Parts: sequence; C-alpha cells; structure tokens
Amino acid sequence: MTSESVDIINAFALMTNFVILPALSYGSQLALGALAVTLVYSVLRFSNFAQGDSMAFGTMIVILLTGFMIQKGWTISGFPTAVLAIPVAILGTAIYLLTMDRLVYRFYRRVKAKSITIVMASIGVMFITGGLVRFILGVRPKTFADGERFIFSVREFKTFTGLEQGIALKTSQFLTISIAIILVAFVFYFLQKTKTGKTMRAYSDNKELALLSGINPDKVVQITWLLVAALTTIAGALYGLDKGFAAQQYHLLLLPIFASVIVGGVGSPLGAIAGAFLIAFSEVLLTYAYKKFLIYLLPLSMHPNSLVQLIGTEYKYAISFVILVIVLLIRPTGIFKGKVIVDE
Amino acid sequence: MNNINNIWESHKTFVSFSLMALLLIFVGFNQSWALVLGIFNLSLISAIMALGVNIQWGYAGIFNVGIMGFAALGGVSVVLVSQQPVTEAIEVGGLKMLFALIMGAATVAIGVFLYRKKYNKWMIALVSIIGYLVTRHYFSDAVDLIEKIDPAKTGYLGGLGLHVVISWIVGGIVAAAAAWSIGKLTLGLRSDYLAIATLGIAEIILYIVKNEDWLVRGVKNVNGLARPIPYEIEMQKLEWFRNMVGWIHRSVLEALPQADQVAQLTEYVRDSSVVFIKLCYSGLFVTVLVAMVVLANLALDSPWGRKVRAIRDNEVAASAMGKNITRQHLQIFVIGSAIVGVAGALLVTYFGIFIPTSYQPLRFTFLIWVMVIVGGSGNNLGSVIGAFIVWFLWIQSGPMGLWAVDMISSYTQEGNSITEFLEDRVFFLRLVFMGILLLMVMRFTPGGILPEKNKEL
Repeated sequence: MTSESVDIINAFALMTNFVILPALSYGSQLALGALAVTLVYSVLRFSNFAQGDSMAFGTMIVILLTGFMIQKGWTISGFPTAVLAIPVAILGTAIYLLTMDRLVYRFYRRVKAKSITIVMASIGVMFITGGLVRFILGVRPKTFADGERFIFSVREFKTFTGLEQGIALKTSQFLTISIAIILVAFVFYFLQKTKTGKTMRAYSDNKELALLSGINPDKVVQITWLLVAALTTIAGALYGLDKGFAAQQYHLLLLPIFASVIVGGVGSPLGAIAGAFLIAFSEVLLTYAYKKFLIYLLPLSMHPNSLVQLIGTEYKYAISFVILVIVLLIRPTGIFKGKVIVDE
Repeated sequence: MNNINNIWESHKTFVSFSLMALLLIFVGFNQSWALVLGIFNLSLISAIMALGVNIQWGYAGIFNVGIMGFAALGGVSVVLVSQQPVTEAIEVGGLKMLFALIMGAATVAIGVFLYRKKYNKWMIALVSIIGYLVTRHYFSDAVDLIEKIDPAKTGYLGGLGLHVVISWIVGGIVAAAAAWSIGKLTLGLRSDYLAIATLGIAEIILYIVKNEDWLVRGVKNVNGLARPIPYEIEMQKLEWFRNMVGWIHRSVLEALPQADQVAQLTEYVRDSSVVFIKLCYSGLFVTVLVAMVVLANLALDSPWGRKVRAIRDNEVAASAMGKNITRQHLQIFVIGSAIVGVAGALLVTYFGIFIPTSYQPLRFTFLIWVMVIVGGSGNNLGSVIGAFIVWFLWIQSGPMGLWAVDMISSYTQEGNSITEFLEDRVFFLRLVFMGILLLMVMRFTPGGILPEKNKEL
C-alpha cells in the first residue's frame, strides 16, 4: 500500500529504522575503538595496528565466558548474558595487553625508538593476537547474543503508534548506544577531572616536563592500557552482539577505526568520536536505497523507478577511505585539530 | 665456537644461502621433490615482492602496507592481457563501457583542472557529482549488458589474447601507474598516515576486483589462464621426455619383467612431468629474480642509490643539499610497487587461476613485511633469504605442528577430543609463530639476518 500524498512522519520513521539507528550503533562501536587507538597514540605514541585483533581477543573472552555462564544458568532475563561476562573479559584483556606491553613495547619506550618501529612491533603483536584468536575460536562466524532480540519490534511499534512504517529497536542497538554514552562520559570525566587523568594528559602533552614534575611513567602507561582494555573489549563485544563475531571481520575493522581517528584529528578524543559517527553515517547514508523514502516524500508523478542508491553496498568499506583521503587532502590535521608526534 | 662465529661474520650471505639450500634438499629427500619445488617457486615470487618492499622501506623508509593491492593488480593484468576476448560481450556492451570510462576519466580530469585553477569548491563538487551520476548511469547499463552474456562461463569482457609473458610487464606498469596516483596523494603525509592510507587503498583495489564482475569475473574466478610452459599432459606424450625419464630410472626399469616396464615407466613419466614443469617455472622465476637483484644492487651502489639513502638517513640535510625529497619518494614508491606488481603477475601465472578471495592482507602484506625485516632491511639479498626462510616456515609449520600434536597424542588415548581440536586448529598457530619471529628479530638483531652494509664507512 503506497500513500498518495506526501507523508513526512512515515518517511522519518523509515529513516530512523534503516539509517539512524544502525548508523548510531555502528558509530558508537567505532567510536569506542577509535578512542582506544587515540589513547594509545597520545600516551604511548604509536598507531596501534593490533587494535582490531585486540578487539577480537576481548570478544573471544566474552564468547567463552558467555558459553560457560549459559551452561551454569547464570543469565539475566531480557538481556544477553554477554553483558555479565564483559567485566571479567575486560580484566582478561587488560592482563593480556599489559603482558604484551611488558614483553614488547616497554623495550622500545626505553630505547626511545622511532614511532614507526613501534608500529612495526604492533604488527607483530597483531599476528600473535590474531593467531591466538583463530586458534581458540576458529575462523567460522559465531553469534553469542541470547535473551530478547528486540526492546520493541516493528509490529509492537505499529500497533502502538498506528503508523504504516514501523521502527524496531534491537536489544544490541539499545545496549550499544547506552553503554557507549556512559563509557564515553566516564572516559572524559576521568581525563578531565581526576588526578590520574590529568597526569595522563600532562604525560601526553609533554613527556619530559611530566617526568620532571615527578609523574611515574610506568603508572601512566598501565592506566592507559587498562582504559584501552575496557574500551577495546566493550567495543568488540557490542560489535559482536550486533553483527556476529568473525576473526577476519574484526581484523578489517582496523580500517574504519583508523579512518575515524584521522578524520577526527589524531590524538583528539573528541575528534575520534566525531570521526567515528561521520564515517558510520556516511557508510549507511551513501549505500542506502532511497526509493521508498522518496515515495513517501514526493508526489505520485515524481516517484522514482530505480533504487536511488548512490553507491553499491559492496563498497561500504571503501567509503571510509575516500573520506579519509579527502580529509587528508583538504585538512590534514582532521576536523578537530589533532597533534603530530615528532620523533625525539 | 669463536671460529664458527668468524666464518659466519665474514661469509654471512654464502653460509645462509647454502644452509637454506641444504634444508630444501633435505626436505626433498624426506618428503617429495614436487613439494620442495612448490616451496621454492613461491619463495622466489615472495622474494621478488620482498625486494620491491625492501626498495621502498630499506632504501627510502617508505612504510607501504598496501602490498596486497599491487600484487592483485599484477594478477588482474594477467587476466586482461592473456585471456581471449569475449567478442559477444564487447559487441553488446564494449562501446558503452568505453564511453562510461571516458566520462569517468573526463570528470576526474575536469575536477583536477578546476582545482588547479582555484575555482570555487562548491562548483568543483557540483561538476564532480554531475559527472559521477552520468558515468554511473552509462556504467551500470554497460555492466548489465556485459554480465548477461553467458555468466556461467564468461560474463566479462575478456582480455587482449596476447602472450602471457607480456602481462608480466603490463602488471608492473599497471602497479606503477596506481602507485603514482596513490603516491601523489599520500606521500607528503607522515609515515604512519601513509601506512594507513596504503592499507585502505589495497582494500579498495580488492573490493573493486571482487565486485566488478565485468572486468575479471569477480568472485567467480578466472581459470585456465594461458601458461608460458606446456601442460603436464603434453609433456607426458613427448618422445624425448619419455626417453629421458626412462634413462634416469634405467636401473630400476631393467630389473623389472618386460610386462611391468611400460606401466612403471608411465608412472615415472607422470611424476617427473610435474617436477619438470615446476623446474621450468623455477628457471623463469630465477631469471626474473636474479635480473632484478642485479639491477637493484647496481642502482643501490650508483650515485642515485647514495642520494636515496642520504634522504632516508637525514631528510633535512639532504633537502639542504638541494635534493627534491617528495619527488624522490614518489620515484621509489613507484619502482617498488612496480616490482610487487610483476611478482603478483608471476604468482597468478604460476597458479593458472585468478582467485580474488585468496588475497588476504595477512598473507600478502604483513607476511612480506616479516620477510623483509627478518632478512635484513636495506639489503637486497637479505630480502631474498628472508623470503625463503619465512615462506619455508609458513608452509612447513603446519605439518610440523600436526607432527607435534601426533607425538603428544601417541602418549594419550586414541580419539581424544583435545587432540582432535588441536589437529583442527594447530594451523593457525603459525600466525603466532610469525609474530614471535618478527618481534624476536626486531628486538635482538634489528638489522636482520643479513644487515645492510654501509660501504661508505
């Protein structure tokens, strides 16, 4: 049944269901990953190529714990069991990342290696982490979301509002958006207001000066990895709840995450979040077929025949890179002026 | 012990290559010659790729993690040059596709022209968008027409039908052209920006190859590619080849009764033909590799090579001496990528089939990096030995892992679920193994196995 006249409310409902909600949750997942990359970049001074695989590592612990907890019957009604598993998984990921820092990165920090050398070392860590995840979980896609699938479904929404076009809110979307807001607020509060956060910012702004004023560098690094572990695990788990887990997919997430960081302005936490949403919304908006949306908005005579899709869905990942290249050309420092590491 | 150290220090190159050769021969006697030649050939191709990366990283410090993309472009060239054209598809959609591509190129050209002339940004954006929409309209029409022609067998335009060896050169040129345009955009950036940009561009190239079915059939693969060397079946029919195999195995054959001799000979001929074909490929690849290593070493020792290394070691000083750094970086980036493109073309020719889904960044980008770092960045022969060692470990660590699992399981009871799990997954541990190898080399011998020699000191 197509309406005869212009119907803005239904068009808006359609956009909310197919564009705004998916892009918001995807953007939140990217934002958390991008924040982790930004923290590593500002405090430890390198681009962490192991980020995607670290997210897979955290998600792997969540999946294993979820399986165990479901077996024991430790579940909460309505929500995925994974939510309960996340805190323990953060601990596991933190231990793993701190071990890697102790075994790999600390040496390069001590000898004041060039940033590119540490990037290379992070490629080594990427191999190890990716290999471990594939060894333990295999390469086949996995889903681990249990509990209610929807907060409210399309049918419930339709009967409630009487609209022709329904909106569904998936549990995973709801969780992603709410947890991301809480976590981002926490990270900003931590960095701006607490003493430890201020120490971290001082260390990131001027390492030498921070050391002179008696800041313990090892502690700063440890706190950073703890924060990174939390962001990484939660981002990975939320992405997995939303779209399922596959080791290769997580490895590829590195691309949009890096794009978000650079587009937003490297080293700027606010920029990372803005970049992530820009990337997520561009991906969804440009690959969405606007046919139905235009049918709601335009009079009958102007209804489109084709799908009105700007770019094929298969090029979804390419979009983030086109944006990246354009931003690098027009404004290399990103939307929010980022900082550039100069090798000592 | 000191003595051994001395020999190693003074004859590193000779010793490491001999040890590698002995190792391969050892595997040949223990496992099979076909397997060893398989490892050998892929090591040669990987060595060419590693050489290209070494020129970029070792000579100039350019951090390129888009190797996979350039290798894939080499593979695409093989299809586009050596396959027979699909005349029906060209008749139906060829002109339209040509027009669409010209429209696309014109849009880019006009956009760049307006940008150079400093026109209003909105006007440039408007022109680009209109150009894009017109191009897309004709393009999707042409794609529909072409892909409808016998999609199970062709569904693409086909190639030029030229000899496959030409495609190796074309592969280099295509990769160089891509590198030039990418380098123009990204080489002014900081090193890890460049890394991220190349990582993304390699993925984009792969998306195009996988999704544009009209070009190289996408994920439907292109098989039965032309070979520079005859098929095994044809070799088995040749008289001189049969005689040669018979002569090699004469002692075994003469001991057999007359009736069994022919059957036995046929079996020998079948096995030998596989080995012989692989040997022919080895010959081709060795020729290419040796030519490139010689050229690269000559270049490195020339005034040009000194200039390049001077820029790498101190950009500020080099630019004060009047060297154009950005241009030099672009040149190196193009040369290195062209070599990777040639290697990509060789690889697809060797397999005789183009499979876009087989291009994985771990295998094609990061593994090559491990080869360069392990072998010794800045040293061309180092990249070659690095390629041999890493590829050997990459292939053999699977069987070695399985062997270890079998050893363990022989002490436990049969059909253990843990053993089954390990047998299924032990394969992935080679990634862990490679990571540890990379980190160990970086930490304890940062110069690699064959470090760069500084001739000026």
